[in-house]
Amino acid sequence: MTTLVERHQAAEHDRRTRRRDTSVDRAEGWRRRAPLLPALIFTIIVTQVPFLFTLWYSTRSWNLLRTDGDVFVGLSNFGDIFADSTFRGAALNSILITLGCVAVAMVLGIFFAVLLDRKFVGRGVARTLLITPYLIMPVAGAMIWSISMLNPTYGLFNWTIGLIGLDPVDWTSTYPVVSILMALVWQWTPFMMLLVLAGLQAQPKDVLEAAAVDGAGWARTFVSITLPQLRRYIELGVLLGAIYVVNTFDQIYLMTAGGPGTASANLPFYIYQRAFLGFDVGQAAAMGVVVVIATIFIAMAALRLIFRSFDTKD
Amino acid sequence: MATPTIDVPVRTTEPRRGSTRSRRGRVGGGLLTTFTWIVSIAFFFPVAWMVLTSFKQESQAASDPPQWFFTPTLDQYRAVIDAGAGTYFANSLIATGVSTIAVVLLAVPAAYALSIRPVKKTQDVLFFFISTKMLPVVAVIIPIYVIAGQLKVLDNIWTLVVLYTAMNLPIAVWMMRSFFMEVPGEVLEAASMDGAGPMKTMRTVLLPMVAPGLAATALICVIFAWNEFFFALNLTAARAATAPIFLVSTMTSEGLFLARLSAASVLASLPVVLAGWIAQKQLVRGLSMGAIK
Repeated sequence: MTTLVERHQAAEHDRRTRRRDTSVDRAEGWRRRAPLLPALIFTIIVTQVPFLFTLWYSTRSWNLLRTDGDVFVGLSNFGDIFADSTFRGAALNSILITLGCVAVAMVLGIFFAVLLDRKFVGRGVARTLLITPYLIMPVAGAMIWSISMLNPTYGLFNWTIGLIGLDPVDWTSTYPVVSILMALVWQWTPFMMLLVLAGLQAQPKDVLEAAAVDGAGWARTFVSITLPQLRRYIELGVLLGAIYVVNTFDQIYLMTAGGPGTASANLPFYIYQRAFLGFDVGQAAAMGVVVVIATIFIAMAALRLIFRSFDTKD
Repeated sequence: MATPTIDVPVRTTEPRRGSTRSRRGRVGGGLLTTFTWIVSIAFFFPVAWMVLTSFKQESQAASDPPQWFFTPTLDQYRAVIDAGAGTYFANSLIATGVSTIAVVLLAVPAAYALSIRPVKKTQDVLFFFISTKMLPVVAVIIPIYVIAGQLKVLDNIWTLVVLYTAMNLPIAVWMMRSFFMEVPGEVLEAASMDGAGPMKTMRTVLLPMVAPGLAATALICVIFAWNEFFFALNLTAARAATAPIFLVSTMTSEGLFLARLSAASVLASLPVVLAGWIAQKQLVRGLSMGAIK
């Protein structure tokens, strides 16, 4: 099977040899491009055009509650939001929630994947049970956690810790970020598990057998052979997971509404509040721009990795 | 737990040490299996509890200590359906179904133009598609809201259809491309030697070969569209609201009815859970945008 690069080079070569006849070349170029254009144009219109508007709004002092407001204010919205301690708190929560969720979900995911990576009775069923939290509607998942599990009076969590003699805790108001993390980790662990499990199953069996023949124990084999082999899968899981988790909204909206106060608001939630409850379009847009710039850094790393995965795989 | 077939060959090859080792392995394996089972059930437990609660009466649902044994009732499911869940689910069905079909129709030709007969800047185009997936939705929601307001398409299910199509299209392009790349060049050569044009090759050769990939792609689109909450929350009201909005409205409007809420959650989650269970094999590939086979 040819790699992407080889195909690309072949196509390039093809084109170069036919360079003399430019009109044929151009017609061929459009024939190749035609199937791509509907998807490309649609994506540009729906995703890029609104972002240009966001850029534009971010330079205006537009508040829907004030009629006088909509004037050009340059970069002053950006100055305001960096001076806003709630914005900084929300940014910190975004980082905390993203890193916390991805790290814990990955560790648990590796653990579950290792448990599943052997033949045993009912393996398929165990796997099915373990992936289910990812398939549950996130809104429903948030509901399960905030009410059935963490409710201070009849939540199962307090009942369980009551069995060992601990006092009940009002989880979502005392530890809002931890509560959100519980729901998020529960949702994202199966995602990590599936990626890592694919990595474990892609391990060359002869290497593992060779290690066993050399008398390497399970732990040693895992650390020196399995983990390095898993690295690409772990990186992919962490980066893809981070891109989704950084946008977390459902769990925060439903479990704590960013509260108490703004203690558990992350950036998406805070921007939502400013735009749809505070009607401050200018500042909300400026925050959106900041989030995009920050996301680009994670995204760049993710993209490079995904491209590398593709090039080595094909 | 271990079947006798396992230790028969061991005993024949290496009588003494083999049997002790296999016995220890068997006990260890049994423990590990039991442990795996406990972990799986514990992790799944919140879902099981939700299902249990949905068959309770309200007084049994919110009780301390929790009630483990009760006479199951379908009252809550009846209440959910009477509360007008049907409209919300119909909206979800339209938004999910139509957007998934649109995604497939746009993504298959695009993926073809990025793999089988690639355009010049294939890498750049791929890069562009995936980068839109990384643009935080919250950064574009305000203009989308304003534009939709001006076009008078707020609270319109077709607005969600368009947005869900755009949301899933990059994933679908990447996935379909990874499936097209797996089609051996010889097959395509054979098709062109038989004089088949691009359309005929697509219909008779490519599509049948990537059919499983097409199913995987559709599954991922269905999962993300069905579960989507943020756009639905901000862009719909009474007419176009979808299933997640129904859950939230059960939760807030009439105080807390845990059993009924659980029944609504079970109904809302069921389609995607079933689809995911059936298509487990395809899930990994979709979640990694085609990078992991």
